[in-house]
Amino acid sequence: MKLWGGESDSGCCSVSDVEDARRSAAQLGVDHHVFNFGEEFEEYVVAPYVADHAQGRTPNPCVECNRHLKFDVLLRRAELLGFDAVATGHHARIVELPDGTRRIGRGADSAKDQSYVLYPLTAAELQRVVFPIGDMTKDTVRELAAGLGLRTASKPDSQDVCFITKTNGRADFLAARTELHPGRIIDESGKDLGTVQAVELVTVGQRRGLNLAGGTGRRFVTDVDVDAATVTVGPPQRLLRDSLVLDDVVWADGPVEGFVRAQTSAHGKAMDATLGVAGEGSVTVTWSEPRRRVARGQSVVLYQRVETLEGEDEVVIGGGLAR
Amino acid sequence: MSSAIEGTGLSTDARSDDDAGPVDFDHAATTRVRPEVVAAMAPFHDDRYGNPSGSHLVARDAVRAVDEAREQIAGIVGCEPGEVIFTSGGTEADNHAITGGLPPRAGIPVCSAVEHHAVLDVVEALGGTVVGVDRLGRLDLADLAVKLEELDGQVAVVSAMLVNNEVGTINDLSAVATVVSGFTSVAAGGKGRIPLHTDAVQGAAWLDLRSTTREADLISLSAHKLGGPKGMGALIARNSAPVRAMILGGGQERERRSGTPNVAGIVGFAVALGLVDAERVETTARVARLRDRLLNGLVERVPGLVPTVDGTVGVAGSCHVCVEGADSESLLLLLEMGGVVASAGSSCASGARETSHVLKAIGVPDDLARGAIRFSLGVDTTDADVDRVLAVLPDAVERVREFGL
Repeated sequence: MKLWGGESDSGCCSVSDVEDARRSAAQLGVDHHVFNFGEEFEEYVVAPYVADHAQGRTPNPCVECNRHLKFDVLLRRAELLGFDAVATGHHARIVELPDGTRRIGRGADSAKDQSYVLYPLTAAELQRVVFPIGDMTKDTVRELAAGLGLRTASKPDSQDVCFITKTNGRADFLAARTELHPGRIIDESGKDLGTVQAVELVTVGQRRGLNLAGGTGRRFVTDVDVDAATVTVGPPQRLLRDSLVLDDVVWADGPVEGFVRAQTSAHGKAMDATLGVAGEGSVTVTWSEPRRRVARGQSVVLYQRVETLEGEDEVVIGGGLAR
Repeated sequence: MSSAIEGTGLSTDARSDDDAGPVDFDHAATTRVRPEVVAAMAPFHDDRYGNPSGSHLVARDAVRAVDEAREQIAGIVGCEPGEVIFTSGGTEADNHAITGGLPPRAGIPVCSAVEHHAVLDVVEALGGTVVGVDRLGRLDLADLAVKLEELDGQVAVVSAMLVNNEVGTINDLSAVATVVSGFTSVAAGGKGRIPLHTDAVQGAAWLDLRSTTREADLISLSAHKLGGPKGMGALIARNSAPVRAMILGGGQERERRSGTPNVAGIVGFAVALGLVDAERVETTARVARLRDRLLNGLVERVPGLVPTVDGTVGVAGSCHVCVEGADSESLLLLLEMGGVVASAGSSCASGARETSHVLKAIGVPDDLARGAIRFSLGVDTTDADVDRVLAVLPDAVERVREFGL
């Protein structure tokens, strides 16, 4: 898919990346086509990314790309052309349950597990998706690629947001598309501790890059108020919460209640919690022990151990956005 | 893609009668090299391999072949042999014409909004001015006059393509020349004549260059658009608008374009152009009839399909349409699976489709431009080819609309 026409050094969208894909496909005997979904990418991934930051939310564009591009537009294009399935290189597995439905399981390489970013996929979509490398470690994948003579075998991992370059970074990208406002850094009592250049770039839980004056102990961002242009900092205890609410919840196969494990970042640890209903399309996640506050808009993915055809496995049962 | 075809209901026996691959409706992108051209070029890859820049026996044989080709091309174009500068293709010729060589001509270059990027990008890089076009893609003469008035005494060159590569519209260069002649260039202390350039890369395949480019001082030509080899073209630079070299070195082409001549390509180019010239009347009539049958057939069978420009203003091979409520990329993929290749715009580097600046300039609304398809016919297009498109496109459009893609 050609998604981004701007600068790109992530290893995904530049003309040389297209050439890498094209050559690898030719070597594997696969037809290579370029599908242009730049407009959809702008509408569903880039524009919301900018808007979210402007509102003090912390988006995950990779989740949105999966939700709208890879497993919506691309799946529909594939169906249009008469294909049976879409295969991607995600480190995740498709797990079959005894009732014949499918869920997303973690990739065999736990350091590379990408089940988190795949949570928007429905059970119906999973019927037409394949993750061929989900059972392999990254090292194995590279070995196999090298064995096949693919030039991408030793290509660095594509990481980070594909439309933000290392050279210019997130700040430059956003500054070009929206107004960024300086803000005050304050402690709980409202005392001024410093300033930030752009309040929209600060995230709850952040510790670095604040340039705080004096004070003892580690201080974290405990709250960001874009409207008031203030960033509140405090000791780590101030970040702890007993629960959080998720909005825009999607389920792998219908709502679930009770005991789950919730993961609040792409490669973070999943932690014990219980689910409760919180209104239409929302759930409460109550932690078994207090956990750090999750930034607004961040994706939280819910896992459960279920019985599968192979035995038992931890699978994605749904996810939503932190309120 | 063959295994996927079953799921779409499109036929798997999607090959043309001679099973030589898909039916080609992308002649504007490139054409098959004519067998006569291949035959004419062969000796120059063999015994007659000399470098014309030398002076010995082997070289002189190559010189003669180039001289003859040059004369033949000059005769067809209507210029002096010495006004023919062989290049690596249309893009180089365009670059050379707009810059005038190194260093670039003084003054401001001017071109139409629908020029190929090989003209447009050069004009923009030199800080030039773009003139609007009418709904058919022809240079807007009133806008040209206004802009030349503003820039009077400062213009370097005016460029208007003979035939647009996307929608096929023909420009009346004589009318353009009349407007241009009312203004002066930056040369001769602001009192010089403004040279007129025309990109005739598409036009040369269909029109009599002698009459249609008579008023142009500079003309770009490309061999692979008319049955000749790729990587071969010419800049006609009349004595009225001489150019400096853009590529320096051994001083070939009378110090105007260095580099060992592509002898085989030059010979092939001349043969190809000769065939086009000899066959023009017959080819144009035959292809126009096929194009009209294609266009009428499509309009009849596909609701919401419209011709992009009025059919009477374009060259015989041009059939550009817009399909409402359908994405052209999806349509082109289904067409390919149905054994037809066509395109949505001009063929460019990244393989990615760009929203056509031509369609924007002529005022096609974005949602219609989304479904733009260019069918371009050529010398070898047959009735069976047209039948194939008429059989495949209607279902493809329905399917794409169903999917909302």
